[in-house]
Amino acid sequence: MTDTSQSGGPAAPAAKGPVARFIQATELDTRLLGMLGALALIWVGFHMYGALVNGFGAFLTPRNLWNLSVQTSSIGIMACGMVLVIVTRHIDLSVGSVLGFCAIIMGVTQVWLLPQLLGLEHWAIWIITVFVGLITGTLIGAFHGYLIAYLSIPAFIVTLGGLLAWRGAGFLVARGETISPVDSTFRLLGGTAEGAIGATGSWVVGLIGVAAVLASVVMGRRQRVTHGFALRPLWADWFIAVAGSAAMIGAVLLVNAYYWPRGIVRRYAAAEGIEIPPEGLFISYGFAIPVLILLAVGIIMTLIMSRTRFGRYVYAIGGNPEAAALAGINTKWMTVKIFALMGFLAGLSAAVASARLGSATNALGTLDELYVIAAAVIGGTSLAGGVGTIYGAILGAVVMQSLQTGMVLIGFDAAIQQIVVGSVLVLAVYLDNLYRRSSK
Amino acid sequence: MSIDRTGTPLVDMRDICISFGGVHAVDHVSVDLYPGEVVGLLGHNGAGKSTLIKILSGAYAMDEGEIYVDGEKATINNPRDARSYNIETIYQTLALADNLDAASNLFLGRELVSPIGFVNDDAMEAETRKIMARLNPNFQKFKDPVSALSGGQRQSVAIARAVYFNARILIMDEPTAALGPHETQMVSELITQLKAEGIGIFLISHDIHDVMELCDRASVMKNGKLVGTVDVDDVTDDDLLGMIILGKQPGEA
Repeated sequence: MTDTSQSGGPAAPAAKGPVARFIQATELDTRLLGMLGALALIWVGFHMYGALVNGFGAFLTPRNLWNLSVQTSSIGIMACGMVLVIVTRHIDLSVGSVLGFCAIIMGVTQVWLLPQLLGLEHWAIWIITVFVGLITGTLIGAFHGYLIAYLSIPAFIVTLGGLLAWRGAGFLVARGETISPVDSTFRLLGGTAEGAIGATGSWVVGLIGVAAVLASVVMGRRQRVTHGFALRPLWADWFIAVAGSAAMIGAVLLVNAYYWPRGIVRRYAAAEGIEIPPEGLFISYGFAIPVLILLAVGIIMTLIMSRTRFGRYVYAIGGNPEAAALAGINTKWMTVKIFALMGFLAGLSAAVASARLGSATNALGTLDELYVIAAAVIGGTSLAGGVGTIYGAILGAVVMQSLQTGMVLIGFDAAIQQIVVGSVLVLAVYLDNLYRRSSK
Repeated sequence: MSIDRTGTPLVDMRDICISFGGVHAVDHVSVDLYPGEVVGLLGHNGAGKSTLIKILSGAYAMDEGEIYVDGEKATINNPRDARSYNIETIYQTLALADNLDAASNLFLGRELVSPIGFVNDDAMEAETRKIMARLNPNFQKFKDPVSALSGGQRQSVAIARAVYFNARILIMDEPTAALGPHETQMVSELITQLKAEGIGIFLISHDIHDVMELCDRASVMKNGKLVGTVDVDDVTDDDLLGMIILGKQPGEA
């Protein structure tokens, strides 16, 4: 035990490959790298297939990647909550139906109720609507959590009941109708041409991201010095700072390279009284609002899971519920809070999904529970409990959506899509098992 | 070394009863513990020793009885209450969350937080390094989940958790059951050291030799009832065995 610089790591064998040394020095999560690699493979694979077989690679285009990001948002937001549920050894089969119910409640609020009180297109309508949706989701989740924690009904049963019950409740509330049109400000949450923040806004977001990456590297280094822990090599810190910043800037360049379609530009120019120059007017989409919501949820949830007592207790309960209780953690109340949070995120996701659709229908969110659970599991959340990360679940959602989008782009039909997505889920869990076994 | 038992006991559990589904797991049992004393709790599996001690540590709520700490009536409804009386427990199962690292386990439920309320992992790791340097200087796996540790290392994490928070009353449930000879020796030394610091220890054990060596008194339980409490200097191994197996007081025919 003389070599303190490697404390924590396994005893270093004399000959280590450059990859192993790189990973050890940067302390990057090998699982994360693996997922990014798999994602890159999927993206390039679909693009090449399109280019070679169909004569046009449509996948790696700003337009497709931008749409992909928007389509991932709804599932991604819920997957963040599902991580907590699965980590604590529960499951939530009801999120799709809860999403549908919340969407209906929001539809009723903004189309049937509020316009009569405030007048059509009143500025406060979307705020009240979203608030109502979030409250609805939270209360439903808390109710599920109460049944699970205090009445000791298994989560599988409670949420299986919820899967049926909330879908039915949504139908009753809306009498089976499709509720539209939704408030125009509310629609922005769904991410359309107007529901994106444009080139300048995207640069602001990107530069904040770069600043955050740099700050975290510097602060991390300072913390380690304070406590006298072993430092990462300087080049590794530089690598993380540069790679992180490059990723941020790359994302901004990508979303800014996707321009509004000509029809929308013409309408916009007419409304604003702008002359369209002969070479055409190029207006960038920039980051879509639902994507920013997903990013915000991801960042906040990551902070909660890694930096708060609540998050620590979630992992502790997942690792050993009895030990958590003996350590003085109120595990039942924690369960209620976790399911309430899941419900909150389902409500938020409902806002995004119904805004994107432009209406509220009872069918919204059908089968979402399966995609959300699959996203979390592909992202490395263990059904045995105790293991799972937020970024993993979001990446899992991106992988799922990439597969679906990619197969649509290269012209596979729906039946094959289902087979592929289902098989990938099983394969991903198998690969994860192999990874865990080899890393033990 | 004799223990001064003239003052108020550190812990006094009086007439404790608890039953599970009609079975009297603990039936009117009274035990006490003085500062700097080690009291062994002996008995067969299912005699009620672990249950009795889980009442003191807040894991179970008793049906009847009273607990006094420093002569004052104590209300212990959950593990948090017990901790507030500086009662710390090392469970037989160790009660570690296997997926968390040593520092997270050590501070579980009592995390160090920064001014804005975030858990301060670095500070906790630094503190853990300090206490482990004292208890088990060979311990180096601070970043790994405790599932990656050996039995002895896991035990030292559980012990560190109990010792770190200035326990005055320490409950050890079979602390050496899963350990090799070297680690058992380490635990024995630790008990002697803690005793010298004036900490009172309840030691649950199957091993009569352990009890004879480490304890000042022994309380023997059988079928949920207290057989008796004896000074270990006054009895032989066989006397204790008789109490455990036959449930009779030493000297009885």
